[in-house]
Amino acid sequence: MEYFHSVRLEQDKCKGCTNCIKHCPTEAIRVREGKAHIIQERCIDCGECIRICPNHAKIAVGDGLETLALYRYRIALPAPAFVSQFAGRAGLEQILGSLLTVGFDDVYEVARAAEVVARTTRRFLAGYRGKRPLISQACPAVVGLIQVRFPSLVEQLLPLTTPMDLAARLAREKGRADTGLPDEAIGTFFISPCPAKITAGRQQHGGVPGPDGVIPLAAIYGDILKGLAAAPAYACRAGVAGYGWGQSGGENASIGGQRLLEVDGIHHVIEVLTRIEAGDFQDIDYIEAQACPGGCVGGALMVRNPYLARLELRQLARCLPANAGELPEPGNNLATTPVQPRPVLQLDADLAAALEKMHRLETTQALLPGLDCGSCGSPSCRTLAEDIVRGEAQDTDCVFVLRERVRVLAEEVVELARKLPPSMAKPEGGSNSENQGNSN
Amino acid sequence: MKESLPALELAIPVRARDFLAGGDGAARIRQVLQQVGFPPGVIRRVAIAAYEAEMNIVIHSLGGELKGRITPEVITIIARDAGPGIPDIDLAMREGYSTAPREIQEMGFGAGMGLPNIRRCTDELEIHSAPGAGTTIKMVIYNR
Repeated sequence: MEYFHSVRLEQDKCKGCTNCIKHCPTEAIRVREGKAHIIQERCIDCGECIRICPNHAKIAVGDGLETLALYRYRIALPAPAFVSQFAGRAGLEQILGSLLTVGFDDVYEVARAAEVVARTTRRFLAGYRGKRPLISQACPAVVGLIQVRFPSLVEQLLPLTTPMDLAARLAREKGRADTGLPDEAIGTFFISPCPAKITAGRQQHGGVPGPDGVIPLAAIYGDILKGLAAAPAYACRAGVAGYGWGQSGGENASIGGQRLLEVDGIHHVIEVLTRIEAGDFQDIDYIEAQACPGGCVGGALMVRNPYLARLELRQLARCLPANAGELPEPGNNLATTPVQPRPVLQLDADLAAALEKMHRLETTQALLPGLDCGSCGSPSCRTLAEDIVRGEAQDTDCVFVLRERVRVLAEEVVELARKLPPSMAKPEGGSNSENQGNSN
Repeated sequence: MKESLPALELAIPVRARDFLAGGDGAARIRQVLQQVGFPPGVIRRVAIAAYEAEMNIVIHSLGGELKGRITPEVITIIARDAGPGIPDIDLAMREGYSTAPREIQEMGFGAGMGLPNIRRCTDELEIHSAPGAGTTIKMVIYNR
């Protein structure tokens, strides 16, 4: 399958340092010839590399405002965390209204769709008797992580679509009712806090479309700021519960229940998923897992400090009712196709061949120094061993192995240099130590 | 059994009472199985069995090791420890029966589900143990 990725490298800015390779949760980056290379099949667009890159060479490519021109009626779908970026400069309704100043005709809050998802999730959990815990599908980076690194857990993903996709579908319906225009004239645009949602927005789920475009928040931050002062007020149609989804714990709070666990930050998510796969956490009903620290307020494409953004989000939502008044009935709009594993870490499609490669991988790893220094361009000694077995690297890519080879070679050269043809006399004097060396 | 390839052998030491490292061995076995490409269901059963056996060594024994032997057809995990041994294996197989000290039960371990969980996940299970002689658990899971 051809896989679209939002995370890209800006060649000119990359200095070939090894910061990104060491933080990638799916070991999807290598440094080759002085530049980082993303292994497309492995990337889950979590944005960790964007966050860590000291040279800002990692970027997320989404849609720009110019794509609005493709549609006659344009609806903005702001993520719940969107408003947190502009707090202090205007009130909630004005921040939402500012979207109307940059080319949108209407706004549909993803927070509102989130409340619909929460309500359905609550009902689903009440009747669920299968394997626990169920895991939220709301964060696409976590879904990608599960597909790549925890394939046995795909069956525990809650089979409901995300607030983003639901918002797009509900907004399209509303646009159709408001304007009488056909679907293809209506454009829905998610304003995204992260690269993972850009990628997710491009995927079609069983033919049911999500948003028509995804605009990175950072890309329109300036435009929104400019329009903010003169922005009309847009009446909020979601409650505290919906806006809470913008931060870690908000999804669980809006679902409600005793044994709901929230985890944020992709490396913490990995710890929890590892435990679930080992059979732990079976007394937990539901896991809200978010790749970014603090949840979407900490998204890699957000401008403000995540901890400040979390505070601002909470304060902005204070003026809202606990829940949106009347929620729309989602009908078939919550449908989603089952998530499939992405077995990209496999060494070989054939089990016996893979096992043989694993054999070589283990023996190769044992010969490497175990420093995980990254100088070879692979994130760890084990990944270098893996790359060697896959035929994509060699052992002398390791500076320590290379140094050892050079040492052995140098000793051999010295040894050879000492040898004399039988016809030549031994040099006079000072040869005592050499003679001793030779006789050993 | 006919085997075209030598089996892949893994040996991972497990330290008694090291709760911070407890589970690392099972996680490593899981990673290897995933990279080799075993079906998710098989990996999950091995992961659970290996984890429970590893935690048994951490909780009850004086230390031991986890060994894996992997062929395309069958995965064998052997957990061997030096420790007090199991006085009554039938009793230990009962759900909810536990000899874990109270301070460990308070940490959330030792709920008496370890061996029953292992039995549920394995195709063959052998336990050799005698008081004072340590415990060896052999777990076999077929890839089918």
